[in-house]
Amino acid sequence: MNPGMEGTPPRILVVIPAYQEERSIGGLVRSLRERTPYDVLVVNDGSTDRTSETAREAGAIVLDLPCNLGIGGAVQTGFQYARDRGYDTVVRIDGDGQHDIDDIPKVLEPILAGRADAVIGSRFLGETEYRGSISRIFGIHFFRFLVNLTTGYRVTDPTSGFFAINRRLVAFYSDHYPSDYPEVDAYILMHRLKARAIEVPVRMYERAEGKSSITTFLAVYYMLKVTLSFLINRIRRFG
Amino acid sequence: MNRVTLFSICASAGFLLYILEMVRRRKLREEYSILWLFGSVVILVLSLKQDWLVGIAHAVGIVYPPSFLFLVGILFILLILIHFSIAISKLHQMNKKMAQEIALMKSALPPGERSRVKDER
Repeated sequence: MNPGMEGTPPRILVVIPAYQEERSIGGLVRSLRERTPYDVLVVNDGSTDRTSETAREAGAIVLDLPCNLGIGGAVQTGFQYARDRGYDTVVRIDGDGQHDIDDIPKVLEPILAGRADAVIGSRFLGETEYRGSISRIFGIHFFRFLVNLTTGYRVTDPTSGFFAINRRLVAFYSDHYPSDYPEVDAYILMHRLKARAIEVPVRMYERAEGKSSITTFLAVYYMLKVTLSFLINRIRRFG
Repeated sequence: MNRVTLFSICASAGFLLYILEMVRRRKLREEYSILWLFGSVVILVLSLKQDWLVGIAHAVGIVYPPSFLFLVGILFILLILIHFSIAISKLHQMNKKMAQEIALMKSALPPGERSRVKDER
């Protein structure tokens, strides 16, 4: 069971939550299959388009949720799959081409070396081409402040959905993972577990296809909801 | 016995019987009926014993007894609504778990079986 055991290469699963991503998911899965040695799992979050078929044809393992659970519920299903099938490490990336698959080794390396339990790709470390909307940038600053203040993690990109976690966090997240906007909340959970979380610089692009799950209308709700569940998670019991 | 007393006795007794009948026919689960039963019994008692209503209202400093009745009614409705929010949250959690289990189980089926499950959906 030791991931560093001699002669047994670590089993790595790339988890991609996808909702209505039929235009981008096929290309992404194909590139992963051709250019990386990892298993690829697409969690189809109740899409009504051909997301599931396209991903399967491109060579991914596909989980079809019978209804839309939201991003957190979909990602959690991927963690449960990894836990049940005995994967050592999970990399989670977006299905819309926002993340660069050539950066995957960067988020994996500290975990495989045993230096971290979670590695989060940050678009703000190092040189960056990222340009977000004003509300997005404001939200990122707000959550950066909130995470730094309450957990002590020095975070530059608290809403990044590009990360790798080890077996211990996979097991914990399989039982406890926030539903709606999980990335910020996850810092509290990691803090409670005393997990070692570090950031590495990655590139992020404007979405290739589709729309971001966060519209300006939802930005205020997003901030309130995440702040509330973040603070509640600080005082919650996990049994 | 004045008319308004008679009316409120009939209404609260009718309500109580309606709730009991719904539970008997299994259209309302026992755990969700308790608050309604409790509420209708309180209204029935206060209709029968109006001097109790006046006494309690004065004891807590309310001059006009019927406004105490409104207060009790509103608090009762709030309690029921919170109860529902909790019940919905629980259902939400259970629903999520079931959807996840279904997705994981379907992925373990051979491909032919998988499409059959989808068709029957």
